[in-house]
Amino acid sequence: MKNLVLGAVALCSTALTPTLAVAQTEIQFWHAFTGRLGELVAEQVETFNSSQNDYKVVASHKGNYSETLNAGIAAFRAGEQPNILMVFEVGTATMMSAKGAIKPVYEVMSEAGASFDQNAFIGSVKGYYTSTDGQMLSLPFNSSTPVLWVNKDALKEAGIAADVDLSTWEKVGEVLDTLKASGSECPLTTAWQSWIHLENFSAYHNTPFASKDNGFAALDTELTFNSPLQVKHIQAMGDWAKEGKFFYAGRRNEGGANFRAGECALFTESSAGYAGIKSEAQFEFEVRPLPYWSEAAGAPQNTIIGGASLWVMEGHDADEYKATAAFLNFLSSTDIQAKWHQDTGYLPITSAAGDKTKADGFYNDNPGTDIAVIQMTAKEPTANSKGLRLGSFDQIRGIIDEELEAVWSGDKTAQEALDSAVERGNPLLRRFEQANR
Amino acid sequence: MEKRVRFNGWILPLCLVFPQILISGIFFFYPAGQAIWQSMFIPDPFGLSSQFVGLGNFEFLLSDKFYLASFGTTALFSTLVTIVSMVPALFLAVLADRLIKGATTYRTLLIWPYAVAPAIAGVLWLFMFNTRVGIVSWYLGQLGYDWNHVLNGEEAMGLVVVASAWGRISYNFLFFFAALQAVPRSVIEAAAIDGARFWRRFFTIVLPLLSPTTFFLLVVNIVYAFFETFGVIHTITSGGPQQSTTILVYKVFSDGFVGQDLGSSAAQSVILLLVVGALTVMQFKFVEKKVHY
Repeated sequence: MKNLVLGAVALCSTALTPTLAVAQTEIQFWHAFTGRLGELVAEQVETFNSSQNDYKVVASHKGNYSETLNAGIAAFRAGEQPNILMVFEVGTATMMSAKGAIKPVYEVMSEAGASFDQNAFIGSVKGYYTSTDGQMLSLPFNSSTPVLWVNKDALKEAGIAADVDLSTWEKVGEVLDTLKASGSECPLTTAWQSWIHLENFSAYHNTPFASKDNGFAALDTELTFNSPLQVKHIQAMGDWAKEGKFFYAGRRNEGGANFRAGECALFTESSAGYAGIKSEAQFEFEVRPLPYWSEAAGAPQNTIIGGASLWVMEGHDADEYKATAAFLNFLSSTDIQAKWHQDTGYLPITSAAGDKTKADGFYNDNPGTDIAVIQMTAKEPTANSKGLRLGSFDQIRGIIDEELEAVWSGDKTAQEALDSAVERGNPLLRRFEQANR
Repeated sequence: MEKRVRFNGWILPLCLVFPQILISGIFFFYPAGQAIWQSMFIPDPFGLSSQFVGLGNFEFLLSDKFYLASFGTTALFSTLVTIVSMVPALFLAVLADRLIKGATTYRTLLIWPYAVAPAIAGVLWLFMFNTRVGIVSWYLGQLGYDWNHVLNGEEAMGLVVVASAWGRISYNFLFFFAALQAVPRSVIEAAAIDGARFWRRFFTIVLPLLSPTTFFLLVVNIVYAFFETFGVIHTITSGGPQQSTTILVYKVFSDGFVGQDLGSSAAQSVILLLVVGALTVMQFKFVEKKVHY
């Protein structure tokens, strides 16, 4: 019945569009979301379209993050690019170097005469997408950061106190011992191993992942994630894998299925895992901050973000840029952002949206949902924790995945694997430098 | 005595081959030429600028030991796919050829898997062997074998080979079956009267008579394993664990469309073109001599 009504509404609105469309400027928005997130994006677009009559946003799903970026690139080459393209954080360096293909967001806003306060955005989110002189090049859309998810029932079964200290990897190691001894098949699992256990790990311990401020300062950056601290961590994980305390499920978020089914006690995953865990988990769970090694000076620093931002493409007329500016402003407005943050577990991109969520009482009703925000914003980011800006980074992540798999399977030591990953990744950075000279 | 059709003049023959030349030109020579041209540049993804590097892309590739290792992986993979898809197909065709009742039903059922697209086949097999919920991996677990293709390279290779070969068995079956039907009954009956048993008849009469089909399938299956198995690999392993299932064509895709490194990707397709060209020439030169038409 509901579908029927929706269908009828859709039919009527299509029938009515021709009369309305005369004065409307239509813009294309390509995104990478499916499922619940896809519905929420569609809802945002619908809210925007019905809130005014001048502009109409048409949202299209173009596959996963990599596929969406590819679709955007292919479309640009064919002169058919959308107005707004969603690009994941890994593609940031690629987009930034594509002068002539993208129009910086601050420019779009000022040309359209839209009010746009860059200081309203949370520093550590904004920092990822700004130029060296502090201007925003793209609009952060969905940003998350890794946290530790805990299956409280599994801890209880193993006779571990509910308030057990999990703040450091040393303490986590002890808990893993107890879990294993009590017969747990999967004491710990992870999603996005490179993002969490190397990229965020480095920022969180204030250790460089790559030279030249992780690539922010210059294109001639080199990977440096084979330093003693990272090696120690990966070796510890490798040892846990060998002893059956760390279960590796796959390169992406395959481990989420194991955790949500109640098989795993601890799970390092993005804060945006919230929506899925909340709807599927048949056990009590909680969120803890990402652990750190207590011996590391300066830890915990802050974690960095993952997710995507919206890039405005070149080659459209002024009216369309006005429409784009209006839509981007709408997306970053407090109510929309607060709702997005509460629905998905993604971070609020403006401080105001965070404050509103607090005032709504959301954090009290859903304990732990603010941990990601605190973890990101507790300290002022350093050159090591502002983010990463490396070319060909999707490929480099692939290399890291391969090398980490060699550690988990016991084929290589952490030192060998990370040395090899650095040695294989650097030529890709050189090629990127050459292509964007 | 050789039969030849002779044409008077050259306009009609030209008209007759023209569509084929046009199609080859548009869909083969033009893109292949572009690939060769592109392989000498390092372009940025958006096509805004590009650097001429001559043979630099090839130098970069051939000095990468992981790229060289990928040749070995590809050789192993395509050999296995060819064997695993041809031997069972021949076996099934021989059995189906001897059926008296219900032959059509069996044939139809055996052809079905060919209708499944490689990517879908990949997902189906992945589902059965999923380390967590897969039914086959569960049974293996009951038998005390811990299946984990996510970390074990040999198991991953085995899985992508089976998933790639599965649908091809039907295709090969179809050709073998048709060829078996064409084997003259009189020859077989004569051998039977002389006292030759089934397997002797099979190896001395049927198999040699099948050789043109076998040769054709060998070429086609190797080309299949080289180029069309990409969907299976993408859905099941994405080339991992480590690089154990990264075959050449998968690397062309991942460097070009994940890494946005179009120069290297173009150079790889040129190398692939040369490899397959050389393989085909070799097959026609050496293997075809053993084929009886």
